[in-house]
Amino acid sequence: MPTYRELLQQVRAEIAEIDAARGRELVDRGEAIIVDVREQDEWDEGHIPGAVHISRGNLESRIERAAPDPTQPVVLYCSVGNRSAFAAKTLEEMGYEDVVSLAGGFTDWKRNGHPVELHSGLDAPRRARYSRHLLIPEVGEQGQLRLLDSKVLLIGAGGLGSPASLYLAAAGVGRLGIVDADVVDESNLQRQIVHSTERLGEAKVESAKRTIEALNPDVQVVAYKERLTSENVERILADGWDVIVDGADNFPTRYLVNDASVWHGIPVVHGSIYRFEGQVTVFKPGAGPCYRCLFPTPPPPELAPSCAEGGVLGVLPGVIGSLQANEALKLALGIGEPLVGRLLLFDALSAEFNEVKLRRDPDCPVCGEHPTITDYIDYVEFCAGTREPA
Amino acid sequence: MTTVRIPPTLREQTGGQRELPAEGDTVRDLLDDLTSRFPALEDQLPFANVYVEGEDVRTLDGLETEVRPGSTVILLPAMAGGA
Repeated sequence: MPTYRELLQQVRAEIAEIDAARGRELVDRGEAIIVDVREQDEWDEGHIPGAVHISRGNLESRIERAAPDPTQPVVLYCSVGNRSAFAAKTLEEMGYEDVVSLAGGFTDWKRNGHPVELHSGLDAPRRARYSRHLLIPEVGEQGQLRLLDSKVLLIGAGGLGSPASLYLAAAGVGRLGIVDADVVDESNLQRQIVHSTERLGEAKVESAKRTIEALNPDVQVVAYKERLTSENVERILADGWDVIVDGADNFPTRYLVNDASVWHGIPVVHGSIYRFEGQVTVFKPGAGPCYRCLFPTPPPPELAPSCAEGGVLGVLPGVIGSLQANEALKLALGIGEPLVGRLLLFDALSAEFNEVKLRRDPDCPVCGEHPTITDYIDYVEFCAGTREPA
Repeated sequence: MTTVRIPPTLREQTGGQRELPAEGDTVRDLLDDLTSRFPALEDQLPFANVYVEGEDVRTLDGLETEVRPGSTVILLPAMAGGA
């Protein structure tokens, strides 16, 4: 049986090695995939810029994701060039045609004064908290860092805002703004799961903030204890938001959110619920229709009952608000196909989803080619039907 | 005969029915048939979007959009509820 030294010598004789200077050329040229096969703590202390990290133990299972094309050049490195030699042998056995190991490893790389990227990623507690995200290739560490750096504004801390805020907080969205003027009422608790019996009478934004911060201290909650109006919308949006989750309970706010989002270019994840049915879509300015393209004119109040008047199955906002969180996370991560130009309908009684297409209206008064509404209007009056829509 | 899906906000006007059969070759015919049987719908329909096979009829031929037997027709008024 060969000793480790003998085995290493044998493997090094079978694979191709390059020195740090040649490694630098390949890194600068950007054609090769640079793979760091060291352990997480070694990677965290610094690595070659542009490298991907796949520890030796995960090499076989994860290399295909980093290097799907076996003809693409791969440079492997570790601390001194031993583990990467074995790794190179493995990749050759897997069919990779152009694999080299960096002789002298990261140690020689640093000694020769080549650039080093310090790790600015997740610390150990965060890696543990978000481990199930890190395992998903579409999220991973970069995606999680993106979530921690993203800012989502929730309109309403009620039926839809409850599950949406909880899931966004759990996912590690770094900043959540919540706009709601109400206090927690007994009739809310049948569905508004971010609140609790002990919070009765407390401002909803404060109650939600406490629940969210207990769930995930990574999340900073910005509480706006006010109703969104034409007067405060600019101040609230000035705090900088990547995505708006609209869970409002009235038409004036829906139209106000729409107009503001179009003018600011912020995507809105729209959800609405009534009794057993809900709707979800994404209004992404420039990429699809807006709320006014879908519903140019609000129905008169007497023809549009709210949940307070008509009721709602408690779990329904759980379904719709969770779908909104799903869309918001996709938008924040830049993955998947958000519900842009598609309205998803859910019927809790038949347990059916339906989808209809939404198209941009070139004559839309706000997002159309020749907009006629270019500043905030009196939305209450607009929705009271006393004013003809433009 | 085409089945028209009635949204929850319009069911008070249709005796609680979730789906209604309607006669006609165009969207206008279908809606006329429905309002003849459920006159209370008439005030609501101007505020409801109509989808045939998932397409908004405003992007097709509007009320003159043809429907075939078995087409999926959905009425969709705006709902504001979120709380």
